[in-house]
Amino acid sequence: MKRLINQTPTPGLRLALGILPFVLLLLVYLLASDARLAENPNDKLLPSFSQIGDAIQRMAFEPNRRTGEYQLWADTASSLTRLGLGVLLAASLGLILGLSTGALPMVSALTSPLLTVVSLIPPLAILPILFIVFGLGEPAKVALIALGITPFIARDLQRRTLEIPMEQLVKAQTLGANTSQIICRVLLPQLLPRLIDSVRLSLGAGWLFLIAAEAIAATDGLGYRIFLVRRYMSMDVILPYVAWITLLAFMIDAALAGLSRRLFPWQNKGGH
Amino acid sequence: MLEARNLWKRYGDKVVLEQINLKVKEGEFITLVGASGCGKSTFLKMLLGTETLSSGELLLDGQPIPAEPGADRGIVFQQYSVFPHMTVLQNVMAAKGFQRPGLTGWLFGAAKRQARDEAMVMLREVGLENAHSLYPAELSGGMRQRLAIAQALLGKPRILLLDEPFGALDPGIRADMHELVLRLWREHQLTVFMVTHDLKEGFYLGTRLWVFDKTRHDPQAPHAYGASITYDLAVGNTDHRTFEKIDQSVTLTEKETDKLYEIN
Repeated sequence: MKRLINQTPTPGLRLALGILPFVLLLLVYLLASDARLAENPNDKLLPSFSQIGDAIQRMAFEPNRRTGEYQLWADTASSLTRLGLGVLLAASLGLILGLSTGALPMVSALTSPLLTVVSLIPPLAILPILFIVFGLGEPAKVALIALGITPFIARDLQRRTLEIPMEQLVKAQTLGANTSQIICRVLLPQLLPRLIDSVRLSLGAGWLFLIAAEAIAATDGLGYRIFLVRRYMSMDVILPYVAWITLLAFMIDAALAGLSRRLFPWQNKGGH
Repeated sequence: MLEARNLWKRYGDKVVLEQINLKVKEGEFITLVGASGCGKSTFLKMLLGTETLSSGELLLDGQPIPAEPGADRGIVFQQYSVFPHMTVLQNVMAAKGFQRPGLTGWLFGAAKRQARDEAMVMLREVGLENAHSLYPAELSGGMRQRLAIAQALLGKPRILLLDEPFGALDPGIRADMHELVLRLWREHQLTVFMVTHDLKEGFYLGTRLWVFDKTRHDPQAPHAYGASITYDLAVGNTDHRTFEKIDQSVTLTEKETDKLYEIN
């Protein structure tokens, strides 16, 4: 028998092992739900799949009786707009800050200490300030997401810029390149795939800030809905919403990974 | 064209180079050999402009060498010399883009077509015309160094600096590269400085050989003395005994340095 560290699963076994925990979780939920509902048909804590199905039908495929909107899609649209704007803002700011501090020691001396301090401020702690400054509307929520993840992206990209071998910068100079040419043609193109990586890593935090902001002050959005129906213990709505958010996060991540592979073919060719 | 007068290089208390005096004429092919840590690479970096000297003078055409890299001095490093995000052709064309003033270094229209033609000629010269659409990561080590050389030459430098360019290559490929470098040196009328670990390479390739070595040793204070140029030979007519002697002295210094690192 081989040592445990040398035993690798075949592709089929790997797939089966991967699916197993999901199946087990589902099974446990089903049994627990059945047991509770058998005792009390009005129990709301662990709704049955048919109850969840009804809720999905109601939220996603029937117009709301009061507003006439399809609730799930309207919530998704508002949340994704906020997340998209916040992340876009953070990515642009982070790229500019990271690139300039990584490439220009003078700029780094000026901004790096400030960036370090700002990155240590817990973003949720300044959410009240954002609400006071921007009001309770959209800008405050977008600003929270942007403020929350910009320092991470900026510092990550700064480190990535510094990782680009000195030899390349020297080489470009011996070919006659000036500073802006080096930034545009040597540093920026090599940073773009890393920017996408950085955004992928910070999306988790982005969702966190989005849902927190929506829970506190919003009139629609996925986070708002979850916290709203919590008052009625509507697990039949909360559970599909959480699953939907998870699926969205997964799809955005996969889309960004695919985009990176497609736009920057040079990074996956051969080994260095 | 190049002149060093009583040049010293120190890092704090540690002396790396001392009393370097030399004159180089246009068109020479100089190889720099010596034990590791003897300052030959430091000297090359001073020529490049990424290291500054501590005292003395290093003059190019009577003017002090600029303290940053410039278009008159091309460089090929042992690795990382090419841009990984550009294809072979784009790498060479980038050299043309960087020569023109401008914010982005991108070329358009007629300038781009001309750069493309010139780049293809240069790629043919180093034998890479069939690989022009590949990325550097897809090339072998030897091809990557050919690309780095083509790129450097399209920048039309007067001086070509080679920092152990073939150190990571197989012996057979290294021989091909030697031929290539010698041919390009003659065709483009370059002045070449090449740092190498391989003493044989130094004897075979250049017109002139510099051996960097310490002449004085103080076992109590190993960093008190730096290296200087102990042999300055016109290569081609040196006898076997000199080769042996240099080989021995360089190996000795190497052993001393190794011992030092072990102790530290």
